[in-house]
Amino acid sequence: MGNVIGIGASPKRKEDQRFLTGRGNYVSDIKRPGMTAGVFVRSPHGHAILRGIDKSAALASPGVIAVLTGEDAAADKLGSLPCGWGITDAKGVPMKEPPFPMLAQGKVRFVGDMVAFVVAETPAQASAAAELLTVEYEVLPSVVGVLEAVRPGAPQLFDDVPNNICCDWELGDKAAVETAFRKAAHVAKLSLVNNRLIGNPMEPRAAIAEYEPGTDRFTLWTTSQFPHVVRFLMGALVLNIPQHKLRVVAPDVGGGFGVKQFHYGEEAVITWAAKRVMRPIKWVASRSEGYVSDRHGRDHVTEAELALDETGKFLAFRVNTLANMGGYLSTFGPNIPTNLYGPLLGGVYTTPAIYCNVKVVFTNTVPVDAYRGAGRPEATFVLERIVDVAASEMGIDRVEIRRRNMIPKEAYPYQTPVLVQYDSGDPMGCLDGALVAADVKNFDIRKAESARRGKFRGLGYSTYVEACGLAPSRFAGRLGARGGLYESATVRVHPTGQVTVMIGTHNHGQGHETTFAQIVSEKLGVAFDNVDIVFGDTDRVQFGMGTYGSRSLVVGGAALSKATDKVVAKGKKIAAHLLEAAEVDIQFEAGKFSVAGTDRMKTFEEIAGAAYVPHDYPLEVLEPGLEEQAYYDPVNFTYPGGCHIAEVEIDPETGTVTLVNYTAVDDVGTVINPMIVEGQLHGGIVQGVGQALYENAVYDEGSGQLLSGSLMDYCMPRADHMPMMNIATHSTLCTHTPMGVKGCGEVGTIGSPAAVINAVVDALSHLGVTHVDMPATPNRIWRLLQNASLPVAAE
Amino acid sequence: MIVQISFTLNGRPTTIDVEPATLVAELLRERLNLTGTHIGCDTSQCGACVVHLDGLPVKSCTLLAAALDGTTLLTIEGLHGAPGSNQMHPMQEAFREHHGLQCGFCTPGMLMTAVALATEKPDLTEADVRHGLEGNICRCTGYQNIVVSVMAGAAAMNAARGE
Repeated sequence: MGNVIGIGASPKRKEDQRFLTGRGNYVSDIKRPGMTAGVFVRSPHGHAILRGIDKSAALASPGVIAVLTGEDAAADKLGSLPCGWGITDAKGVPMKEPPFPMLAQGKVRFVGDMVAFVVAETPAQASAAAELLTVEYEVLPSVVGVLEAVRPGAPQLFDDVPNNICCDWELGDKAAVETAFRKAAHVAKLSLVNNRLIGNPMEPRAAIAEYEPGTDRFTLWTTSQFPHVVRFLMGALVLNIPQHKLRVVAPDVGGGFGVKQFHYGEEAVITWAAKRVMRPIKWVASRSEGYVSDRHGRDHVTEAELALDETGKFLAFRVNTLANMGGYLSTFGPNIPTNLYGPLLGGVYTTPAIYCNVKVVFTNTVPVDAYRGAGRPEATFVLERIVDVAASEMGIDRVEIRRRNMIPKEAYPYQTPVLVQYDSGDPMGCLDGALVAADVKNFDIRKAESARRGKFRGLGYSTYVEACGLAPSRFAGRLGARGGLYESATVRVHPTGQVTVMIGTHNHGQGHETTFAQIVSEKLGVAFDNVDIVFGDTDRVQFGMGTYGSRSLVVGGAALSKATDKVVAKGKKIAAHLLEAAEVDIQFEAGKFSVAGTDRMKTFEEIAGAAYVPHDYPLEVLEPGLEEQAYYDPVNFTYPGGCHIAEVEIDPETGTVTLVNYTAVDDVGTVINPMIVEGQLHGGIVQGVGQALYENAVYDEGSGQLLSGSLMDYCMPRADHMPMMNIATHSTLCTHTPMGVKGCGEVGTIGSPAAVINAVVDALSHLGVTHVDMPATPNRIWRLLQNASLPVAAE
Repeated sequence: MIVQISFTLNGRPTTIDVEPATLVAELLRERLNLTGTHIGCDTSQCGACVVHLDGLPVKSCTLLAAALDGTTLLTIEGLHGAPGSNQMHPMQEAFREHHGLQCGFCTPGMLMTAVALATEKPDLTEADVRHGLEGNICRCTGYQNIVVSVMAGAAAMNAARGE
């Protein structure tokens, strides 16, 4: 029953009914017979030598079953948490890669570093026992900022990592850039900080592990964006569990944003412990625990220089960045500020020469890894800020300087000087659309009206490109990836013609159950209601790399498209036999296999039935059944892009920045479900606005304490921080993905920080302000206004 | 010490023994298997745990279960009518219609707040909704579609009341 709902439609989401009625199935909702509770004991110090742990009082506490430490893990010969990317410096020397033990051994390196795991009958008993654990620390000075960490004499995290530098990475033609700078008519310079962020998906991380002695099998339920990767990394590399003996399930997951895409020590500890205690164990993080253990994002300090000729054409771009890794290398940590940052410094411009140096630095902070956008928002921010600085210094209009340097639509495919080749795009079209949608021509009227009320109004632009749907395995391997970057899908057509899809991506809010069903519905002519999407369970899904980097529709959708093509191809063979026609004469359209030029046809359901009830079936040449699988390895990244325009109003009395208008025109390629794409854009933009105006992870230098360690100290955007946004798409099609899709999950977060800060600086430019670091909090703005020492009230 | 409490839960009389330190969110999730009420923080900031206590929205993660004695409690599981029913409340329908949710984790608390807002003030403005949702954090949607959903849900509730 029901209708075919295909590409371009916006059906209501299949997943919504359960979420709206409280029937979602998140990890913390799951109970297992005999389940116990686990609590992690975490370091309260940023940097300390671990002198000893006295377990006796904790073990004697009521209900306690086990207390496990790093010594126990070492005795069981467990591996350390693996890093998924190995980068090298300019001379080909590999990064320094110190071990990342799942429970600290010898030393703790950040507040939140795990020291012990307590298992008890109830969460309250586990917490009470954890309080009784005596841990002897010899506290060392902590270093939390990258500038401080590379200074001579700074506290050293690892004996064999001098100056705390993990890798001194570079990209681009240094000599060509130097030559261009010598010829430049103008050089714009900018120092900036890309602030450290905490992802804060609304569902805290959680895990349940169970060992079944009867089958020697482990099951781990975990809040993960990529259960197969956890199975591979944890099973094969940390715990030495054979892959076929380990099931990893990531059921409904309450938001990820990158934070849930890493293999965490908690997952390994709880799985190991479940066998030691022979009982299922559940651990659910508190939000405050998440602040000191969820991987953080961003955290760059950058010096940038842009060389221009007398007409404002960009000649060369030079960037030196110190990137904070935190206390250890997380799963993708070193890849983010290097491979996902340097190659995007070209942006949408024709800059002929680019050089980027990134020093990847250890500090006594939570490890930093991919957070929505990952590397690309950092690249966009530095580029779009310095373009504004250059425009201001040279007296060129900010839109005009962008136009003069933009890659024209007809110049695609466009090879940048920093590795990547953009296949398609139309940055000028996005800019033109955004200028109209944002009503830029009447901005001066609005600004004058604000001034009458004593307020400063500013407009900010950000034009950007991103690389997503992370790229061919072969290319990624050359860049240091230790895994593949393909995706898989299995399309199982049941005898009645209904379809179940097993896909290796993971749905945690993006609406995959709906979008992927639309693809199948259109391609097979099957009713939308007759398609189910299965994901997140290594026992049910063949293999997959999960969801991150806006890859699900780009790479997973391509695998799904390929698998449905195979179903159709087999269906044609069956139909040719049943209709006594040549296979080449069989057409498939709208769920019907027909003989070209005749009215003879078989429905999709009839073909499915014949495949499973093969009474009249070409068994000599064709296997029964109708189930096809495809693995798809992309040929290139995809390159979404666009233009964002932010309009802010600043109250000089308080320094409060109010976002009053927000416009985005994004090129995300083919839009499968406009409703879902728009939702992704909204969410991404607000996360970027959060970085620009509110969010900041602040550490205390010296002690290494996280000062913004709860939702009371870390300001997340709320409903009344935002105006209604004005969103549109202006799509060029990706030339190499089967459906022309490019990805939309991160564009909002990539475009918005620069747009907002450029607007803030614009609003304050009459006071001589040339840059404001993020977040542009009232305190920061108010201080700037005081330093400007102008009679602001008289404006 | 154990405290016996009797209260009305989603329309049904309920009597249960609780320890004095038990919180309402914990009672609902761990003892009564009503896992639709979510716990997203430990500082009463996020609002994923909002339920209605005697008709008013409260954060169930900071309310002691012992205080429930003699009260009426409504959770997300009771919002949509009879147990086992697939029929949804007009506010739930509005969230579905206007894509007012993504990962769904904040959604039950968001809905309970939204229903309370619409009940308290039938002619909600956009500003009222944004202000009224201040105690509920959503990380996915950017709030825009939630605001649209609440306005639409409130209008549908008004229409239903008028019938």
